[in-house]
Amino acid sequence: MLPRARHYFIASTILVALVLQIMPMPIQADLYRPDWVIIVLAYWTMALPHRVNVGVAFLVGLAMDILLGTALGIHSFALSASVYVLAANYQRLRNYSVWQQAIIIGLLCSLYHLVLFWLQHLLTDIPFQFAYLWPIFSSMILWPWIFWLLRKLRRQLNIT
Amino acid sequence: MDTIFTRGPSLNNRLALALTLSVLLIFADHKLDAFQSTRVYLNSIMSPLQYLANLPKVLLNESAQRLTSHQALLADNERLTNQNLKMSEQLQRFNVLQAENAELRKLLEVPVKPKVRKMVAALMAVDNNPFSQQIMINKGAIDGVYLSQAVLDDRGIVGQVMEVGTTNSRVVLISDVTHAIPVRSMRNNIRFVATGNGAFDELFLEHVPHSVDVQEGDVLVSSGLGRVFPEGYPVAKVTSVVHDEGRPFATVIAQPVARLDRLKHLLLLWPQQEKDTRVDNLESDNAAAQQETQ
Repeated sequence: MLPRARHYFIASTILVALVLQIMPMPIQADLYRPDWVIIVLAYWTMALPHRVNVGVAFLVGLAMDILLGTALGIHSFALSASVYVLAANYQRLRNYSVWQQAIIIGLLCSLYHLVLFWLQHLLTDIPFQFAYLWPIFSSMILWPWIFWLLRKLRRQLNIT
Repeated sequence: MDTIFTRGPSLNNRLALALTLSVLLIFADHKLDAFQSTRVYLNSIMSPLQYLANLPKVLLNESAQRLTSHQALLADNERLTNQNLKMSEQLQRFNVLQAENAELRKLLEVPVKPKVRKMVAALMAVDNNPFSQQIMINKGAIDGVYLSQAVLDDRGIVGQVMEVGTTNSRVVLISDVTHAIPVRSMRNNIRFVATGNGAFDELFLEHVPHSVDVQEGDVLVSSGLGRVFPEGYPVAKVTSVVHDEGRPFATVIAQPVARLDRLKHLLLLWPQQEKDTRVDNLESDNAAAQQETQ
C-alpha cells in the first residue's frame, strides 16, 4: 500500500460515511438509516484518540450542516458533544466486548439525536416523533460489523 | 502512539471551544443570517459529495432504462402520443383564449399578464433530515437560478429556492414547518395563508375565522401577494374543515396538489417584470402604428 493512501485513510473513511449519510434512499428505508458518520467517528476516537477527537467531529459536523441544509453549528454541536464522551472514556470503552460497545453506541446515538432535536426545537417549532429514534437501533446493529471492518483495515494498513 | 504527552489544548478545552463556536455559528446563521452569501461557496465546495451520493441512483436509473423492454417502450410511446394529442388540442384552444384575454385586458387598460420563462430541473437529493422538508435540484447560479424563486411540478407549486449554489440549489418545500404561502380560494377568492406542518401531505390554513366560507374540496391557488410565487398556480385542495367553537379559529387542513413525495422533474419559473412587458407592448404598438402609417 502506498504511504499516501495510509495517510489519507481516516479522512477517506469519514468521507465515505458522509456520502452514505446523504445518499438518497426510498422513504421506507430512510427511516432506519444508521448514523454512519457517528459510527465511523466513534471507531476512530476509540482506536486513535490522538488523531480523531472533538476537533475532527466539529469539522465533520460543519460539513453535515452544509450538506443537510440545517443552520450552521447544529450538527457540529451534537457531534462534538457525543465524541467528547467517547474521547474522555476511551481507555475504559476499549476493554468492553463488542456487544457492550454496541449498547454504548446506542446510548451515544440517542444523545446525538436528542441534542439535535433540542437544538432544532429551539430554532423552529418542530414536533417530536418516535420515528426519529429508529436510527439508534440500526446503528447498534451495524456497529460490530463496522468495528470489525475498520479494525481489520487499520491493522492491515498499520495506521497509528 | 503518544498518549502521555498530548499535543495542543486539553480535551475539555477542545470541547468548550467546539461548543462555543457551534453556538456562535448557530446564532450568527439563524438569527443574524450572516452566511447568506458564504453559503453559495460552502454549497459549491460540498457539491461533489452530493453528486457522488447521487451516483448509485443515477446508475440504477440508467440500467433500468436500458433494460426496459421493447413492449413497454411501445406502450409508453402510444400513451404519450395520445396525451400529446389531447394536450395540443387543449393548447390550441388555450392560445385562442390567451389572445382573446390579452385583447380584452388591453381594452380594459389592465396590464397584460406577463409571460413566464421556464426551465426544467431534475431532483438530485431529498434531505434525510427528518425535521425539514428540503430537496436539492441540479440547476444553480450558472443557470440563472435566484433566491426565493418559485419551483413547480406538473401539478402545482412545490416550493421556493432557499440556497443557490454554482451548479445546484436547495429548495424548501411548501410543507416545511418554516414555510408559508399566500393563497386564495378559487371558488370565492378568499385569501388565506397556508403553512406547512412537516408532513408531505398536509398544509394548515392559519387564522381562518369560523364565519368564513370554506368547504372541503375548495381548490387553493397562489395569490401572488407575497411577491415570491407568481399568481394563479394551484397549491392545495382543502381536505377537512373543523369548526370547534371552543377554539378561536377553524381548523382547516389542505392537501398539496403537487406530489411532494414523488418529485422527479421540476419547473423553475422566471416571471418577467410587469414593467418590461408594458414597454414591450408600447413598442409593439408603436411599431404597428408605424407600419400602418407606412
